[in-house]
Amino acid sequence: MRAVDAIMECLKAEGVDVVFGYPGGANLPTYDAFYDAGIHHVLVRHEAGAGHAAEGYAKATGRVGVAFGTSGPGATNLVTPIMDAMMDSVPVVFFTGQVRTELLGTDGFQEADTIGITMPAVKHSFLITDPREIPRTIHEAFHIASTGRPGPVVVDLPMDLTKADIPYEPVTDVQLPGYQPRTAGNAKQIRQAARALAAARRPVFYTGGGVISAGAHESLRELVREGGFPITSTLMGLGAYPAPDPQWLGMLGMHGTRAANYAVDEADLLVAIGCRFDDRVTGKLSEFAPRAKYIHIDVDPAEISKNIPAHIPIVGDAKLILPKLLEDYRTLDADKARMDDWWQRIHTWQDRHPLSYEPGENGEIKPQQVIQAIYNVTGGEAIISSDVGQHQMWAAQYFHYPEPRRWINSGGLGTMGFGLPAAIGAQMGMPDMLNVVVTGDGSIQMNIQELATIRQENIPVKVVILNNGYLGMVRQWQELFWQERYSQVDMHTFGGEEAFPDFVKLADAYGIRGLRLTESASLEDDLRAAFEAEGPAFIDVRVTRDEKVYPMIAPGEAARNMVG
Amino acid sequence: MVDTNELLSLDDLHAAGSVRSGRKHVLSVLVENKPGVLTRVSGLFTRRGFNIDTLSVGPTDDERISRITLTLDGASQPIDQVTKQLHKLINVLKIKDLQPAETVARELALFKVSCDPQTRSEIRELAEVFRGKIVDIGKKSIIAEITGERSKIEAFEKLVRPYGLVEMIRTGEVAISRGREET
Repeated sequence: MRAVDAIMECLKAEGVDVVFGYPGGANLPTYDAFYDAGIHHVLVRHEAGAGHAAEGYAKATGRVGVAFGTSGPGATNLVTPIMDAMMDSVPVVFFTGQVRTELLGTDGFQEADTIGITMPAVKHSFLITDPREIPRTIHEAFHIASTGRPGPVVVDLPMDLTKADIPYEPVTDVQLPGYQPRTAGNAKQIRQAARALAAARRPVFYTGGGVISAGAHESLRELVREGGFPITSTLMGLGAYPAPDPQWLGMLGMHGTRAANYAVDEADLLVAIGCRFDDRVTGKLSEFAPRAKYIHIDVDPAEISKNIPAHIPIVGDAKLILPKLLEDYRTLDADKARMDDWWQRIHTWQDRHPLSYEPGENGEIKPQQVIQAIYNVTGGEAIISSDVGQHQMWAAQYFHYPEPRRWINSGGLGTMGFGLPAAIGAQMGMPDMLNVVVTGDGSIQMNIQELATIRQENIPVKVVILNNGYLGMVRQWQELFWQERYSQVDMHTFGGEEAFPDFVKLADAYGIRGLRLTESASLEDDLRAAFEAEGPAFIDVRVTRDEKVYPMIAPGEAARNMVG
Repeated sequence: MVDTNELLSLDDLHAAGSVRSGRKHVLSVLVENKPGVLTRVSGLFTRRGFNIDTLSVGPTDDERISRITLTLDGASQPIDQVTKQLHKLINVLKIKDLQPAETVARELALFKVSCDPQTRSEIRELAEVFRGKIVDIGKKSIIAEITGERSKIEAFEKLVRPYGLVEMIRTGEVAISRGREET
């Protein structure tokens, strides 16, 4: 069997039903195999689109995403999604073409040292040197990508080796002596954590994307509800605990709610699960939760005590640990009344500092209002893929995610251009869900070529552009911290005749329905109509130009000094 | 036996990890003998800002496995972070933070020293005292080979420097644990 046909067999054995990619010289053999392999291949318009689509697929479904690119520029175009998947722990296998083995190291046409370039950005990578290794390597790649702390794996395939004939036998077992992700969690430590929880009078749960990766949201909900604990989460963790909910404090961190940030600031016990104390969460590290003891549960031992030393570290899979923690906690028969004062204090913050904004004047649409309208129209029953910037923060603040895997965004790397291709992947993985892209006039132009992919595959995503004509987040920082010196942030997408590009005409050029919304009064109805109509929609919503994301912890500041 | 049901006081909890030991550490790292593994290890150190004092790599009795010996300063970085990050590399099989008292560590160094007919014999005598070997003798220079712990090599260096040290090369330390057990 040709090695490339073996690749197809391996993909099928891994349950892959759709892949995203772009052909070229060095992966011609692979694309010959795709011709009749019976695997749905989505042809993107730029390799970055393929990588982000594979991420979106993985984030929406929990299954491994797959992206293909050719050698050289094909591979280097994949570097951003690879790094993005690394930062957000997304299980994706990237297959890159490579020049023939005899050309390796000679600066051959379209040669790039893909393994070298991607090394700091991968969970692991493989350069194939013997075609007979291909099947086993592919299964190892899927295993590494999807287990432990998930992440990207690169498989670099020299062209001549993919053409070789190899004996193919299904691989049923994977042996990686250097890779045994710990899963169960130490029973004594779990017991200790339960006792600390029972003793805490001001506990707060702080959860991250790891809870969603682990599929631990059900056990998390059970534990938090039964114990009556307050809970907040990182940007990546939204949806693990349903919002809105009486015990839900809103998001934590730079643009989180005051209630969540103040609660963490005054907590005596922080229960950190599947999160990594990122600077956007902690603000000034030395003043983060200064009164708290830390329980830190994570499958990656290197995250524990990396930024803040943990008092009770528990290494393992949250899905296995949380039920045990609940079981242990039950036996302690803790009195909920010990937290009465704490809840009272939290309610005071919630009452005094709800998320809010000034309504627009003269029919002007506020960006926050757009997110609220999307929430009202969908009832929360949608997958929101976001780009990066102000709109991302508003989508995190004002859309209440009732379930995990409904909020797909680039958190760690903060990749503009992520949203549109990610939604393509999410829609392919969850064809029956309504998929909405929340983006800005800056971000959307970073991978706008994927409108062609949407058209070609008739992917019914609804793209909502919060168009303020600015790189709004950069502008916000220039206004607040750089003396209003607005350097290179005007995108010229706002205004009358002279605005460009005209997003409605642009959509039209791709054969996609485009519309422009400028009226506050009819916003919700207009969005509903656009969402209910069949097929994709590209919606240019003109919003208040200088609106800022609040509240905010200024960089390097402590949470208790939030502004706005 | 303490009753684990008894209520715990949060004040009794102490944070662990990320402690800087303040001393030198020797890490013995077994890795798969595959292309690029050393790059992964050294790249990790660069990326995470860990400083390596010495690094040596060589084969083991099993041809599929290589051993990397690293010496690091435990004052400038938390060694547990270093080992945890190393463990995340798929090709890393085993890491041992060797305890100084239970470890035999050796380094080999070659010293090329200027000499004339008179100083030549002096240098030879010094090398003998250090149980070193003279591996090359020329008209104007002499090469001595010294094996031992780092301090011994540094002592020899200090002694020959006044004669005119042309150049010197050191392998970096290799180490193995004492006793029957495998490192």
